[in-house]
Amino acid sequence: MELTVNGELFDGDVTTLADLIGELGYGEQRVATAVNGDFIPDSDRKDYALRDGDHVEVVAPRQGG
Amino acid sequence: MRRRPQAKIEEMNIIDRMPTSTENTSALTLYDRSVTSRLLLGTAQYPSPDILGASVASSGSSIVTVSLRRERADSGAGDRFFDLIRSWDVHVLPNTAGCRTSKEAINTALMARELFETSWVKLEVIANDDTLQPDVFGLVEAAGELSRQGFQVFPYTTEDLGVAERLMAAGCDVLMPWGAPIGTARGLANPYALRTMRNYFPGVPLIVDAGIGAPSHAMQAMEMGFDAVLLNTAVAKADNPERMAEAFGHAVTAGREAFEAGLMEPRDMAAPSTPVAGTPFFDLDQTS
Repeated sequence: MELTVNGELFDGDVTTLADLIGELGYGEQRVATAVNGDFIPDSDRKDYALRDGDHVEVVAPRQGG
Repeated sequence: MRRRPQAKIEEMNIIDRMPTSTENTSALTLYDRSVTSRLLLGTAQYPSPDILGASVASSGSSIVTVSLRRERADSGAGDRFFDLIRSWDVHVLPNTAGCRTSKEAINTALMARELFETSWVKLEVIANDDTLQPDVFGLVEAAGELSRQGFQVFPYTTEDLGVAERLMAAGCDVLMPWGAPIGTARGLANPYALRTMRNYFPGVPLIVDAGIGAPSHAMQAMEMGFDAVLLNTAVAKADNPERMAEAFGHAVTAGREAFEAGLMEPRDMAAPSTPVAGTPFFDLDQTS
């Protein structure tokens, strides 16, 4: 499946959003996710089926003003 | 949706009424939390995490702003920063910096709530890259939706009273008018409008956010009766952030104490501070 993850192309064998996060190697890191601009809660990732062309955001805490 | 009741005749013209200080106003309540420090400090642009930590400590601040950004799997930066802020005794206020639409801001806020485990959000919807002026239309829209979803919204807004009314109707119990555009260090660009806003909403927590460049700017806002100030760059980009943070802490405390003590009204003509009665040679002066 071809996806865009944080603005970069991803091509891999994943079905759900949880698969993708595992495949990319985030492990137990504290990250939040959105698909095509919509927030997907941590608890929903394992049931969220990705589709070809989806835009995925994976974000983490940062300094801010 | 909450709405402000229509003003009665006797409540009108409050715009000319100075806010009055009362006893025990030193603690500040924002939504359901009470804080003693009236300085909110941003965490971005410091030379190092150690200097950031030292600056937060020396400022005395009990609320820091944070954000979220794209994370690479091999980075670990998010976890390190999260552990750092958890080591401080502060409340965390996540922002939606960089969002240009209400949809972006709403979804950023939802991600921030999951990451930082707080329902507080500093809501920014930006209209223009050069001024970083709030998009007040998107702001009101996002504030309403986030309030419905259980957020406690701190909107970054202008001094516009009509926008402020709409934000409050949308569920905001705290407002954050700009001092000057973000990062400009120009201080209070429009003190007349800020004073008007302060006087028009005497009971609403108002935090001057952005544009503060010097402790005197922060002190001016506090002397005007604003409840708190929020700043970042003025501390982070100082030659010595830790000392500048402490200086801002002093200024905010001094400004608040001056407001609570009640400032004298300015006057046009001089008035002697030393008693006139008993001035030597007074009668000679009169007859010469």
